[in-house]
Amino acid sequence: MEKREVIYRHSGAVRITHWINALVLLFLLMSGLQIFNAHPALYLGSKSTFDDPIMALQAVQDGDKAKGITDILGHTFDTTGVLGLATDADGQPDERGFPWSLTIPGHRDLSMGRRWHFFFAWLFVFNGLVYLVWSLLSGHLRRDLAPSGQDIKHIGASILEHAQLKFPRGEAAKRYNVLQKLTYLIVALVLLPLMLVTGLAMSPGMDAAFPFLLEILGGRQTARTIHFITASGIVLFVVVHIVMVLLSGVWNNLRSMITGRYVIEPAEEKS
Amino acid sequence: MSGQRSLDRRGFLTRGLAAASATLLGGCDDLSDQPWVKRVLDSAETLTRVTQRALLSPQALAREYSEADLSKEFKANGSTDPQEPDYLAQVKNGFADWKLAVGGLVEEPLSLSLDELRAMPSRTQITRHDCVEGWSCIGKWKGVPLAALLEKARLKPNARYIVFYCADNLFDTGEEKDKYYESVALVDAVHPQTILAYEMNDQTLPVAHGAPLRLRVERQLGYKMAKYVMRIEAVDEIATIRGGQGGFWEDLGYEWYAGI
Repeated sequence: MEKREVIYRHSGAVRITHWINALVLLFLLMSGLQIFNAHPALYLGSKSTFDDPIMALQAVQDGDKAKGITDILGHTFDTTGVLGLATDADGQPDERGFPWSLTIPGHRDLSMGRRWHFFFAWLFVFNGLVYLVWSLLSGHLRRDLAPSGQDIKHIGASILEHAQLKFPRGEAAKRYNVLQKLTYLIVALVLLPLMLVTGLAMSPGMDAAFPFLLEILGGRQTARTIHFITASGIVLFVVVHIVMVLLSGVWNNLRSMITGRYVIEPAEEKS
Repeated sequence: MSGQRSLDRRGFLTRGLAAASATLLGGCDDLSDQPWVKRVLDSAETLTRVTQRALLSPQALAREYSEADLSKEFKANGSTDPQEPDYLAQVKNGFADWKLAVGGLVEEPLSLSLDELRAMPSRTQITRHDCVEGWSCIGKWKGVPLAALLEKARLKPNARYIVFYCADNLFDTGEEKDKYYESVALVDAVHPQTILAYEMNDQTLPVAHGAPLRLRVERQLGYKMAKYVMRIEAVDEIATIRGGQGGFWEDLGYEWYAGI
């Protein structure tokens, strides 16, 4: 029977940039929702078509009762208490897109939200650059994240294993599985860079410097919408990521992202 | 793992997350009020301004659109119907006695009527107006390039900023010092698309959009584009003016450089 084995799974660079990124994304998300609340509606194209947003959070009066309404592509949902209308920190009715508990600052303050957002946006850029340059130079990208031909072939099996919540042991646990590799690649090389690009495309200054930003993204309001949807995608990733960490051995995973050391459980004995 | 333990863990995690988020939130709100936090956060504004200035050539133009792109409804924001008695009197007689004053660090102070401004060279542009709140509208503007006015007034060599004093008092405090004002650096003042517009969408500029004259600074956000401009002053320093941050919204915490 094989023995438990401790491997060195995550390099210092990955561990440090991972935790900085986690913190930075939390601040960006919450200050971003503060900014979104200044005009909680999304549009497509260059300009805002105020009477026809593709998504809007608003408070409406229904008889003598106020309701929070979420409108997505013409479909309306009653989201009273969460979106459009919730209660503030003192329990008073509060007409806002996202509730106070999800925004930085908690009270309504667009200018401070912007200051937090742009400060952490710069940290995000520096941290992301360190990660990407290091990943390329060290071979992390090629060695640990690029799926092999063998990986691609086993993608169906990997999906099945995930669906059954079976996690690899032994030799296979020493590497990322193919779904992990693809997910991390999409997050690191597509979603996070897309946040930066769509963010810059909302800047009138950067639009004048790089007019192609508007061309490739389909206009400033589309860029803002993509910024929002991509952020939602990253939130979804983080939720799934945390669930997987919890299901596949929370202490082992956390330790490996703090100290680098990861315990490999022996493969199940073949009978 | 037993179900009971899993529930406990979930409860623990939920409580932990709630506590952490409350600490974080409360912490951020307290932090937002600390001067040193403001200074640290402000360092990003400087970095943004310096970086954008480096990437943005002085002559680079904001995108211009076509007639077909014009917004059906161009949102009027901030002051839309100033109630200051002096201003209302000017509206009443169609700005016939109104004059734009150009002063400060100039060799030749000016006082120009609307007709005189209209007689100067003009520029017409269809541009996108980006509000700090997140929305955009596209409008057509005709006005006199600020560069032409400054050339006429001949800036003194120590002039570094152009300040715009406006007629509107958004919070109706009745005090002169609370009226709207804005300022831009010379590089933006002499940019080809920086104009003082007297027409919008081929009509005389309406009151809601800043009659008789509003500034257009197309590479920055809407709050830089002062409406109801009454007086222009060239200065070497903005820190000594009113709240010291260079503009009405700037004095309330918004960035002076509004390129993003």
